[in-house]
This record gives sequence, structure tokens and C-alpha cells, in this order.
Amino acid sequence: MTPIILLCALASFALGGFGAILGRTPAGRIIVYGGSLAVAGAALLAALVQLGLGVAPEPSVALPLGLPLIGMNFGMNDLSAVFLVITNLGAAAASLYALGYGRHEPEPWRILPFYPVFLAAMNLVLIAADAYDFLIFWELMSLASWALVMAHHEQEETRRAGIIYLLMASAGTLVLLFAFGLLAGPHGHYAFAAMRGMQRAGWIGGIVMLLALAGVGSKAGLVPLHVWLPRAHPAAPSHISALMSGVMTKVAIYAFIRIVFDLAEPAAWWWGLAVLIVGGITAVLGVLYALMEDDLKTILAYSTIENVGLIFVGLGLALAFKADGMMVAAALALTAALFHAFNHMLFKSTLFFGAGAVQHATGERALTKLGGLIHRMKMSTVPMLIAAMAIAALPPLNGFASEWLLLQAILLSPALPQFGLKLAVPAVGALVALAAAFAAACFVRLFGFAYLGKPRSAQAAAAHETDAFSRAAMIGLAALCVVAGVLPGFVIDLLAPVTQALLGAHVPSQRGLSWLTVIPVSASRSSYDPLLIFIFIAVSGSLAALALHRFGSRVIRRAAFWGCGYQGLSDASARDVASSTQYSPSGFAQPIRQVFASVVFRARDDVVMPAPGQLGPASLASSWTDPAWWAIYTPLVTTVGRIADRVNRLQFLTIRRYLAFVFLALVILLAWTALWG
Amino acid sequence: MTSTIAALISPATSLSVAHVLAGSLILVSFMMLYQDRLSSVINVLALHAAVLGLAVGWQAYIQGAPELYITAALALGFKAVVIPLALHRIVERLGIHREVEAVGGISLTMLAGIGLVALSMMVMLRTAAHADALAREDVALALSVILLGLLMMVTRRNAVSQIAGFMSLENGLILAAAGAQGMPLVVEISVAFSILIAFIVIGVFLFRIRERFDTVDSAALDAFRGELQ
Repeated sequence: MTPIILLCALASFALGGFGAILGRTPAGRIIVYGGSLAVAGAALLAALVQLGLGVAPEPSVALPLGLPLIGMNFGMNDLSAVFLVITNLGAAAASLYALGYGRHEPEPWRILPFYPVFLAAMNLVLIAADAYDFLIFWELMSLASWALVMAHHEQEETRRAGIIYLLMASAGTLVLLFAFGLLAGPHGHYAFAAMRGMQRAGWIGGIVMLLALAGVGSKAGLVPLHVWLPRAHPAAPSHISALMSGVMTKVAIYAFIRIVFDLAEPAAWWWGLAVLIVGGITAVLGVLYALMEDDLKTILAYSTIENVGLIFVGLGLALAFKADGMMVAAALALTAALFHAFNHMLFKSTLFFGAGAVQHATGERALTKLGGLIHRMKMSTVPMLIAAMAIAALPPLNGFASEWLLLQAILLSPALPQFGLKLAVPAVGALVALAAAFAAACFVRLFGFAYLGKPRSAQAAAAHETDAFSRAAMIGLAALCVVAGVLPGFVIDLLAPVTQALLGAHVPSQRGLSWLTVIPVSASRSSYDPLLIFIFIAVSGSLAALALHRFGSRVIRRAAFWGCGYQGLSDASARDVASSTQYSPSGFAQPIRQVFASVVFRARDDVVMPAPGQLGPASLASSWTDPAWWAIYTPLVTTVGRIADRVNRLQFLTIRRYLAFVFLALVILLAWTALWG
Repeated sequence: MTSTIAALISPATSLSVAHVLAGSLILVSFMMLYQDRLSSVINVLALHAAVLGLAVGWQAYIQGAPELYITAALALGFKAVVIPLALHRIVERLGIHREVEAVGGISLTMLAGIGLVALSMMVMLRTAAHADALAREDVALALSVILLGLLMMVTRRNAVSQIAGFMSLENGLILAAAGAQGMPLVVEISVAFSILIAFIVIGVFLFRIRERFDTVDSAALDAFRGELQ
């Protein structure tokens, strides 16, 4: 199957060329997005065949390009196949969505050449079989996505996001370069196959794990390396945002699994602890940010951070279990993480598509300016609601299934021998539960304020339904959310070969269980019947809806509502009153902000009252700061600036001094060689 | 004839002669370090190249490598005769042939030079412990010549002396290459050419500097980099 993926990547590069040539014509959009849809479909099919039919992993394909003696090696195993499915499903949906959404793009020539290249780079990262290829395409992925983020570069915010993203991406690649350098050993074995069998000291593996966590975390958005993500993801056009949040973070997760589970063997128990703590903190902080944010797409970006945190909790658990030889438990945790990665791609892409539709329909992204869209965007509201429920982990949807599996894995932790893990895992479990609860609140807030109630602005009142392509993409992904939620057993069985290859164990097969029950460990321990729950919810929900409409609708009466004493003004101001007396998004988040965010985020609400006797309006200003900025990045930037100022003097030396520096460096190196060489 | 000479010279003697020649190259490098007249710097440079020519010629003889004779001839012809003559002309045309260059702290420079020779010996003894003694000591001596050339470049302000330092550095490179058996002639010729080109470029450059700044003190260039201090 590897050659198929390679051909797909080649076709994508060709599409990028078309995009560069035809970017200014409408045909360019159709060719690039239609072609990307076809290519992603083909790659998706290839990956599904590999995964579903259990095709034996074929030997890697070597291309005579790249570095001499290494070349370019590509290979596809089950882990790659899972992530290829995630990537290409997301890519296909984004391309379908963009067929319609791309029409509204003011400057498509800034997007069309880079979009297929971005897709190709992600695919190639997933099938790279040596460190050189991996890093090349990793960097290409970063650069292509950066170019896509900068599509709307007229805005100051976007340019700032672009520079931060570029810095973080380069730093991440650098760190990964070090990790691979350590893995390659003193003789420079850059092929993954050679790294796998290598004997190395335990501390080297530990350093590799920490470097991988940092390098991958900067791409996936682990706290505190997340600062670029909520700026860059929303700045891009919505289908790009969906790809970056839904797919590119998964490529980063693939990189972590590949390096830590596959290449940097054997794991020590503290690896799991480190990953667990980082993941747990990321999950809670990510969703807390999301709760305080007002911008639709920024909320979604912060929620991506939360979900990445959940996935890393799963990976950390898997590492901990694996280090202690509890392979079935490790397989359960890894399965939960992979399943959640897949789910997150489904619902986060849908949500970003919906956000894009809202942005186009209203020109607004702020929750305070939206409202009542359910009446104006009826068709696209439904997938949005399903995705919001799925990401809030409501049964019987897919978000619940994967988070339930994750909690099942956490419940197995008392069997771990290390005291540190025994203490930490339940604490992280509590963080996961807290994050899930916050996520539910966050998406109630998002959906409630954007889609329900009265419009809060004239633009929201004039919103219109989005186009058919966009709707098709959203409905397709939302339907998959339901399918994966109702039939999680199939997904778990599909993931079995991956855990079998990485851990030598897998979650017991879910095939043949009556009523499609899911039993991850043993029947006496826990089980989950999504189908029954689905049927129950569907039946009781329909009955309740029927009863309400049959008996309740008759007694509904519409009347003017209390408008804080401002009733009876003109029509226009009546609408203002109607919208401004509604519950506000910041009001909704206020209790959580007060309780959880006043210390860490320095969140504060300042009410400025007019002086007694003055008739001016009172105002409420609520502000918060990201601790990562004042704790890490601002001091870092200041230090770098100070050092740069000092070093700047080196630019103004005489030629003789420069020569003297070279000479001194040479002498020092020679002396070093002579004394300690 | 040659066979009778060869019969007279034992392998040990030939090694000793090679070492004497390489050692005298270092000696000439030291001589260059304390010359304060430009014309004498150039003369010492010519002597340096002549000794190099002898050393390489001797290597050619004991290794039985005829292509090294070409190297030796290049060194004798170009570096010992042509380039010094050209440099003398430049210096005369620039009118600085009587100029005395202030070389600060000769004793300190000489001490530094001795330290550099010791350093290169230590480096070679340590890193090339497995190589055979002849090659090792040859390389150590050549490294000393290179470092002394660099020291010359660093301690001088006048561009002509810096050229002299650069040339002696390059001589050290050739000595190293001749000692290590089997350096291809192509490499040697290309190195010689690059040196020639560098010489021409620097020579032209010198006149330009002179035209603009009325001095060949390279410090005068520093104010001309577009960056005001």
C-alpha cells in the first residue's frame, strides 16, 4: 500500500502546481479541492484496506532521492495506517467543505498552491521510514500550514500568530532533530528499522522521550508549548483550521507514538508519569482557556488543546502500564488514545466547518455578537449540535466511548507497582473528569450562545444557510460521530493490530458480543451498551418530543418579555433590549472563571460604576492572562533580547579581531583535543 | 648516480633530513614573526617558500613520487620568486617599502608561537598515536607552521604582512599534504591556483584601499562597512 500513498502524495504535489498556476481562476478551486478530495479518498481507501484486511506490512520502499547512502525510505505499518485514515478522512472532508466554502475566499491564490502540499506532507510524515525523511516532511508540513495561516496576512493578529507559529514550529523541529540524533546513535543509523533494534543506555531513552514530548508537544499544543495554537489555528481559513486542529495535531501524536513506543525502547516507569502529568494539566488548562474565550474559533482551538491533553493522558497510561509489563492494560489505554484521536478529528473538523459557516454567514466570530442561528441555519445546526454533544462526551456519541475507555484504563491503575504512579494516576483521572465536565460546560456555552436565543447583532439576524458542499461535509462527519459512537466495538477491533504490533497485546475482541456490547477488560468489571443507550435515547426522546408537540404546543403563548424596564421604546431599540438583556457568554463562564481561573489565569472582573448622580453606563471589564506568557515566554524573550544586544557588539569589530576569534577558537579546540581528546 | 646517493643515505638519515627541513620551515616562520620592515617580511616569505620547496623536493625523493617534484618546482618558482617580486613591486609602488610596522610585544608573540608549536605537538601525539612516526611528526610540524601563519595574520595590521602570514599558512598546508603520501596533483595545483588568485585579488584590493584611504592599514576598512559604530 505504500506506493499508493506515495502516488497520492505525488498527485497532491501536482495539484499544488495547478493551484499555483490556476489560483486566480474559479477552475483552480474546483481542480485543487476536487482533486484533493479524490486523492484523499484513494489514500483513505488504501489505508482502510491495509487496516481492515490486515495486509502484512510490506518492506519499505526506497527512493533514490535525498541524502546519499540513506536515500528516502517509506513504509507503512498498522500505526501509520490508523493515522493515514484519520488524516485522509479529515482531508477528504475538508476538501469537500472547501469546494463550497472556498468560493468565499477573497484571495484563493494564497491558499490553493499550499493546500495540497500540506496534505501531501502530512501523508509523507506518516509513511516516512527514516529520520531524515520524517524531519523533511515534518518541516514541510509546518511551512505549508504556516503559509496557509498567513493567507489572511493583512490582519496584524494573523501576522503575529504567524511569527509565533513559525518560531514554535522551528523550535519543535530542532528538538525532534536532537531526539533522532540520540536515537541514531554514534554511527548515525537514521533508518527506523536500524533504530528499533539498537541497544542504548536507559538515560538516553529518557532524554529522547523528553525531547519527543517537547518537540511533538509544540506541534500538538501541550501546555506550556501551546501558545501559538489558539492564535494560529483560528487565523487560518476554516477548512485549514479544521485540518490543523483535527489532523495536524494527530500527526504530532503519531510522531510521539512512533518515537516513544516504537523506537526508544525500553520504557521506564517515570516516562508514563511525566506524560500523564503534562497531559492532565494540558486537558484542564486547555478547556479552562476555552471557557473564558469569546471567539468561536479560538474556543475550538483551545478545546483542541484539551483533547490533545486527554490523548496524552491515554498515552502516558499506556507507557506506565507497558513499563510494568501490564500489556493488556497498556493496549486498552493506547486504544483509548487512538480512538480519541480519531474522534477528535471527526468532531473538531465538524465544529470548525460549522464555525466557518457561521463566520461566512454573519461575518462575526464573537459569541457576544451571535445568537439565534438555529432558526437561520437549520441544516448546518444539526451536525454542529451532534459534534458539540460528541465533544462534550455525551453518550451514545463517540466522544463518550473513547473517554469511557480512557477512564476504564485509569481504573486499572491500582495494580501498578510504583507508588508515584499509584498516587498520580487517580489524580490525573480526576483532572480528566474535571476536563470532561468543563468541556460539557464549554460546548453548552458555545452552542447555546451561538445558535440559541435571540440574535445579538444585526449580522446574526441576517444570517443565511451555508452551501450544499459545506453541509455535506459537516453532515458526513457528524454521521460518522454517531456511527463510531454507537459501534465502538468495530473501531476497537480495527485498532487491535496496532496495539498488537506495538505492545504485543490487544483489547479483547468485541466481535460476536450480543447487542454490540463493549467489554474492554472483562464482563465482571465493566461493560457499555451504546446501541441500547442509543435506542433508549432515540425512543424516549422521540416520545418526549411527540408528547410535547402533541400536548404542549397548544398551550405555548408568545408575549413580550421583561426587558429590565426598557420596554415600550421604538422597534429597533426593542430588539437591542431583547438581545442585550439575554444571558451573556461571559456571564455564563463567570462562576467557573471566579472559582478556577482567578489564581492561575489572574482572571478579574472589574465593574466600573459611574459616579453617584452621573447617568453614564456602568461597564464590566473582564481580563485574564495566560500563565505561560508571564511565567515562561516573556522572561525568555527578554533574556534572548538582552543576550542579542550584548552579542550585537560582535558585528562592529575589526577584521583583525575576527581573525583573532577564529584563531582563538582553533587553538582552544586543539587544546581541548590535546588534553581530553 | 642516484643509486650511489641512495646507498649512502640510510632510511633513518632520510627521515632526519625531512625533519630538519620541516623544522627549518618553522624556524623561518618564527623569523617572519619579528620582522618589522615590510621588505624584510617579503624576503623572509621568499625564504620560507624556498625551504618549503626543498622540503617537498626531499619528500619527493624519499617517497619516489615524481609528481611532488612539480609541487616543489611550483613552490620554488611561484612562491619563492614570482610572488615575492610582485609583492616588492606593490610595496614600492605603494611607497611603503621603507615603512616600519609597529609590531607590539615581540617577545610575547614569540612566546605565543612557542606555545603553538608545543600545542600542535601535543595534539598530534595524542590524536595520531597509532599513525607511523614519520607521518605524525610531519603533520605536527606542518600544523605548527599553519598556526604560526595564523598568528602572523592576527598580530599584524598591515595588509601586506597579513598576506605574508596567509602565504606561510598555505605553505604549511602544502608541507602537510606532501608528508601525507598520495595527495593528488590536481588538488595541489588547484590549491596553488587558488593561492595565486587570492594573491591577485588581495593585490588589486590593496591598491583600491590605498586609493580610497591613503593607507594599507586594514583597520581603515572597518569604518567602511556601512555600519557606523
